[in-house]
Amino acid sequence: MAGMELLSDQGFRTDGRKPNELRRIRFKKGVFKQADGSAYLEQGNTKVLAAVYGPHEIRGSKGKALHDKLLINCQYSMATFSTQDRKRRPRGDRKSQEMTMHLKQTFNAVVLTELFPKVQLDIYVEVLQSDGGNYCASVNAATLALIDAGIPMKDYVIACSGSFVKDTPIVDINHLEESTAGAEIIVAVLPRFDQIVFIEMNSRLHEDHLSRVMDQVMNGCKDIFNILNQQVKDELCKKAAIDKLVDAG
Amino acid sequence: MQAGTSSGFAFCLFSATFLFLLSISTYSLDLNKFINMSVDIRLAKSRVVGLDVYHGDDPGNIVTPGDIITADTGFMRGHGTYMSEDCLHSSVAGMVERVNKLVSVRPLKTRYNGEIGDVVIGRIIEVSQKKWRVETHSRMDSILMLSSVNLPGGELRRRSEEDEKMMRNYLKEGDLISAEVQNVMSDGCLSLHTRSLKYGKLGQGTLVKVSPSLVLRRKTHFHNLPVGASIILGNNGYIWICPTEHVEAGETGGYETNLQPVSRSEREAIARLRNCVLALADQNVLLFDTSILYTFEASQKYAVKDILKPEVILEVVDLVQQRLELEGS
Repeated sequence: MAGMELLSDQGFRTDGRKPNELRRIRFKKGVFKQADGSAYLEQGNTKVLAAVYGPHEIRGSKGKALHDKLLINCQYSMATFSTQDRKRRPRGDRKSQEMTMHLKQTFNAVVLTELFPKVQLDIYVEVLQSDGGNYCASVNAATLALIDAGIPMKDYVIACSGSFVKDTPIVDINHLEESTAGAEIIVAVLPRFDQIVFIEMNSRLHEDHLSRVMDQVMNGCKDIFNILNQQVKDELCKKAAIDKLVDAG
Repeated sequence: MQAGTSSGFAFCLFSATFLFLLSISTYSLDLNKFINMSVDIRLAKSRVVGLDVYHGDDPGNIVTPGDIITADTGFMRGHGTYMSEDCLHSSVAGMVERVNKLVSVRPLKTRYNGEIGDVVIGRIIEVSQKKWRVETHSRMDSILMLSSVNLPGGELRRRSEEDEKMMRNYLKEGDLISAEVQNVMSDGCLSLHTRSLKYGKLGQGTLVKVSPSLVLRRKTHFHNLPVGASIILGNNGYIWICPTEHVEAGETGGYETNLQPVSRSEREAIARLRNCVLALADQNVLLFDTSILYTFEASQKYAVKDILKPEVILEVVDLVQQRLELEGS
């Protein structure tokens, strides 16, 4: 592989990261006024918008309502301009449909659905720029949007991807690594409970390497969790400081 | 913003000023000097982020989803918490509140959780048999029964089939009402009533929607402000601002809308109040009669349309907070 070393001899990846290093994560909660909760998240060059509406009365046919728990409705879509080649993707796109289902499963596992019988929650995710790890960024952004909306959840859900190159596990892989490296493992976890809510692997990976890659990816999830949790807490502290002023008044 | 007619020009001007600003790196306050037209543009870097009252101190009662609140089993599980592995965990991000043995977590933003006796503002979305469906920013549509409204003719009037047919004459889809929560059903659906002359259909005025957690629970939510307008602070975060009624609308039961023209001064007061409420909500300041009146007074030196500019919001709300703090101590 001349010129296409995913991991250099010095141990750096193509974008200059170390094998266990994440891409830069930045986010902002509450980007939409109209939605109950929303978040914009960047993981490196992957940029995602998530919006949460609800819980609200079932829209459309009332038959969809679940009598004992919340109905979660997801919609994943990619902007026309999100990938290198411009492509119009109608909502029925197979890949998006699959992603929608995965997101729905993930959030059904973590939202305390039994608290809201007979109502519906909408989670809309739009990928604005895609550079690998779309599922991960979508899950992380949707988690933040749910927190913003004040929806009760068991824990954060944090997703991270990983791969295996030159006998080294790497985390948070970008598009180049996704398309050229061998296997890709995507994991969504509840970081405080060490529980896995979703796991996916594309192509083959030798059994002996699996646990090493998994450990690295789990560590990646914990790192992402710490970054997100820190900022969420900081914002809350800021709000508490303003509240104290009003309480005094 | 009056960029409608000359948006193309505004864009050119914007890019020109942008380059200019890059070279001498001034702020948007200077920008206003250079633009002598009614387009208000500011750069992302001069965006104001909010009041700076946070000095990095952790108040100690902040939790995020999954945090362990206590491992002590002697506490009761309130809203925003759940039990797992003998520990009380938080399920939302917010502040922990303790009332004796009850522990709950209050998130910053939620849908409206109704309680009996709350004053709410709602919009009729459906007229069905013997009841109206009302949208109140709750997680389910609220219900207003025909039997829990005041019909013309007083308390003892029987509700006949004619009344059922007349329902749409009293309240139709799209009408706004003020009401009180009569009951909360087991599934969280609210049942409303308007059995008092202060509740009923709303006429001319402005509706402002804010987060329900910003409305402070008070003895009264109806205020005739001394600025020539009345305000109803719905517990569900819907706020109604209308001209003060001078005549009692007693006989009609509140279903006749007063369509008298509203004077310019009243309209201006209403518009100013609206912007003041939005300014307070923007800075997450609790809304009640005093805070709104103080904002109204502090905003006097600005034109109504300028109140919502970020730097003006910051200045006005800061003044209000200082005043509230002063009076509180």
